[in-house]
Amino acid sequence: MMSASTERTARAWVVLDAVPDPEVPVLSVRDLGMVRGVDLADDGTLDVLLTPTYSGCPATEMIERSVIEALDAAGLGPVRVTLRRAPAWTTDWISDEGRRKLREYGIAPPTHVVGETVPIRIVRGAAVPAPSCPRCGSADTEQISAFGSTACKALWRCRTCGEPFDYFKPI
Amino acid sequence: MRDSITVSTDPTVRYLLRLADTCLIHAQRLGEWCGHAPIIEEDIALTNIALDLIGQARGILTRAGQLGGQQLDEDQLAFLRDERDYLNPTLVELPRGDFAIATVRNLMVAALLEPLWMRLQASSDAEVAAVAGKAVKEARYHHRHAADWLVRLGDGTAESRRRIETALDRLWPYSRELFEPDAIDEAAFASGLGPRWADLREPWMAAMRDAIDSAGLAIPAEKTFLSTGRMGIHSEHMGHMLAEMQYLQRSYPGGVW
Repeated sequence: MMSASTERTARAWVVLDAVPDPEVPVLSVRDLGMVRGVDLADDGTLDVLLTPTYSGCPATEMIERSVIEALDAAGLGPVRVTLRRAPAWTTDWISDEGRRKLREYGIAPPTHVVGETVPIRIVRGAAVPAPSCPRCGSADTEQISAFGSTACKALWRCRTCGEPFDYFKPI
Repeated sequence: MRDSITVSTDPTVRYLLRLADTCLIHAQRLGEWCGHAPIIEEDIALTNIALDLIGQARGILTRAGQLGGQQLDEDQLAFLRDERDYLNPTLVELPRGDFAIATVRNLMVAALLEPLWMRLQASSDAEVAAVAGKAVKEARYHHRHAADWLVRLGDGTAESRRRIETALDRLWPYSRELFEPDAIDEAAFASGLGPRWADLREPWMAAMRDAIDSAGLAIPAEKTFLSTGRMGIHSEHMGHMLAEMQYLQRSYPGGVW
C-alpha cells in the first residue's frame, strides 16, 4: 500500500510527464531532466525542484507557471516551485525517451558532453562532433549555424538527404 | 521619474557588479545587432549570446543586491544606477561598430569570462558558484563561435582581413584595464569569492594568441593607454547607452511586459 503522501508525489511525476517545454513542445519538463525532485513538505505543500536549462532561457518563468498550473489542475496542490541552479543542468540529463521523441520530431538529440574542462583550441578545418540526420540517419552532416531558432538549438544540414535540421546543442 | 539608487561600496558587491555589468552592458550592445547582422544566422547568434549574458547578469545582480545590506533587486540594479556606479570595463560599452568589431569584442569578452566563470565555480559564495556552473558552459560556446569568426574573417578576403585587423588594433588597448590589480580584486581573492582578474591574464592571452595565430593575424603592440570603466569612470559612450537602456524604467517605474 502506498501512503497518501507517496501517492501524491507519484501522481505529480505522472502529471509532470505531460508538462511541455514551450519551446520544444515535443519534450516534457521531465524528459528534459529539469525536474530534480518532488517532495511533500511538512506544511502539506508539494515542493517541485526545477533546474533551469540556459541562463537566459526566456521559457524558464513560463515553465514554472505551467508546472504549478498543471499540478493544481490535477488536484495535487498547493504547489511550490524551487529553482535549483547547482549542479548545472546538462543535456546529458535528457532521458532516452526524450532523445527518441526529439529524433522523431526532426531534431537531432545532443551528443554526450565531453571535455568540458579542456582548453578550447582553434584548429582550422577541425569539425565539432557531428550529429546524425534525424530524418535519414546519415552521419554525413554539416553545421550551417551554431545558433538556431531557440537558445538550445543549432542549425545543421544533411549532405545525404539534403534536408536542414535542428540540433539540440550539447552543453 | 524615478530617482537613482546609490550602491554599497562593499568590495564584495563591487566585485560582483564588475562581473554582472560586463555581461549586462556587453549584452546591451549585442542586442543592438538585432536586425543588422550581415547574415540572418549571425543576427540570431548575436542576440542568442546576448540572451545568455543577460541571464548570467541577472543571477549575479540578484546576488549582489542581497549583499551589502541594501536589499536591492536585479531590476533596480540594472536600471536605476547612475553611470559612475556601473563597473563594467570600458571595452564592452564602446559603440556597436561593424561586424569585425563585434567579432573581436565577443572573443575578448568570452576569453575573459570563460576562465573567470571556471574559477568562480569554486567561489565561497554558493549562489555565485551555481550561476558560474551554468555560465561557464555558455561562455565556452560563445568563445568557440567568436574564434571561428575571427579565423574566417582573418583568413577571408582582403576586405575582411583589413576590417578585422582594424578592429583588433582598435579594441586591443582596452584589454589592459581588465587585468589591472586593485583592492576590490584582492579582497575577493582573500575571501575566496573569486579570482583576481589579473590572474586571468595568462589564460586570456593563451586563448587570444591561439585564435589570432589561427586567423593569420598578429597580436597588436601594447600601448600605455589605460581605460577605467571598472573603476566607474567611463567613456563618453556610456551615458548615451544608459539613457536608452534606462529610459523605460525611469519614465514608467516598475513597468513590466
